[in-house]
Amino acid sequence: MNETYELRSGETHIEVHKFYPGAIFLAAVVALVFQATAPVYFPKLSILDLPMLVTIYFGLSRRNPSTGLLLGMVIGLAQDALSGPTVPLGFYGIAKTVIGYLASSIGARLDTEHPAARFALVFSFFVVHQGIMVLTRGLLLARPEGWFSVHLAIAAAVNAFLGILLFSGLDRLRR
Amino acid sequence: MVAIPSRHKSLTLLAGVLLAQLLLLAVQVKRDSRGRLIRVWAISAAYPFERSGAWGFGKVRGVWTHYFALQDAQKENEALRGENDALKLTISQLQGKAAEADRLAAILNFKQTHEKVPMVSGRVIAASAGTASQTVEIDRGERDGIRRNMAVITPDGAVGKVIEVYRDSSQVLLLTDKEGGAGAMLIATRTQGVVGGTGDPMMQMKFVANEDNVAVGEQIVTSGMDKIFPRDIPIGKVEEVKPGNTFKQIRVQPAARLDRLETVIVLLSQAPVEFKNEAQNTPAPGPGSAAAAEKP
Repeated sequence: MNETYELRSGETHIEVHKFYPGAIFLAAVVALVFQATAPVYFPKLSILDLPMLVTIYFGLSRRNPSTGLLLGMVIGLAQDALSGPTVPLGFYGIAKTVIGYLASSIGARLDTEHPAARFALVFSFFVVHQGIMVLTRGLLLARPEGWFSVHLAIAAAVNAFLGILLFSGLDRLRR
Repeated sequence: MVAIPSRHKSLTLLAGVLLAQLLLLAVQVKRDSRGRLIRVWAISAAYPFERSGAWGFGKVRGVWTHYFALQDAQKENEALRGENDALKLTISQLQGKAAEADRLAAILNFKQTHEKVPMVSGRVIAASAGTASQTVEIDRGERDGIRRNMAVITPDGAVGKVIEVYRDSSQVLLLTDKEGGAGAMLIATRTQGVVGGTGDPMMQMKFVANEDNVAVGEQIVTSGMDKIFPRDIPIGKVEEVKPGNTFKQIRVQPAARLDRLETVIVLLSQAPVEFKNEAQNTPAPGPGSAAAAEKP
């Protein structure tokens, strides 16, 4: 089997990456467990959203909107389930489904291997992710709250920076 | 049968998946927050990983702390002899162990001084997997006698209540969660209200009329009216008071370190718990003190 194959759209062609068996599952589980346990010992790490970064990375790499949105849904629902009964199932699920879809759709059109592109994409996706959660909370849970804050901008930048490092690490899982 | 063009397949799938999750959310919002099977499965499946993760992070933190202790020792090594370095490192390690021992001794001492109050101590092994809720998971569950709605405290004060119980673990809703709270009482004036979370590290005391006197620094304890916490457990102290439309807006600093919980105590009954409360000695605010303490 070829290690990679190419999407052709007009004159552009972008590689679709394949991963070792179980790599996606393992990365998602590690991200979820990290998200659930790390803030107990290092409270400031709660600013990170590793499950979102994993969703974005595999969405951008696989470049298939259907698998991207399904991966986002599964990771989001797992995060909901691990967030305690006060977070209804579907809260993170909806946000990560949309992020998975957007990431894989953009990944199919643009080359997203450059660190600067990755920084900009993760920053934007983090803001969109937060916006969807605020929208969901306001419309469905009747708990409206402000969307933009300095904290959000800092969190987006921190996650975007971490995304660059994490993505280059996850690149090693490619076949 | 209508064929869907392939380029629209992913969009259709997206719409379907989002709709399914919206329905899922809607069903949950209409019902009481009861434990769902998927949550039980997820917690049971994640429990060994979370326990391993907690163990791993504990080790990492230990290595991290000792690394910096070693670095400090190396700096001093330039001025001191090697023998001195070894002693400093040993002291540093002993201090770490002493701090751990102090923490456990405080829990043990608390349990020994309240032998008649049935309680179980538990270790925090995980926190909420997102910022939308303030919960922690402890390594004690149904097998240890824990049930839903039991009060959770530390020797410093109230922490929250048990909201879900599994075989070997339980989830605790912290007072700082938006849905967390406890019946509360200002210790000096015995004015009652409700202390609840806002999602931030600080809490809020509600339903205290503008006419009541509240002083900054005043201690707040549980009132026992919520049928979860026994009376007179410290909740926190008043950090800021502002007049509101009908009720005062009171920000409360939690008595327990809710952002750094490692070991907690679950009270298995509502039997009263005696706290060494310095707040008992806090004088009642005088006629002018409340006005002086409040911010306009």
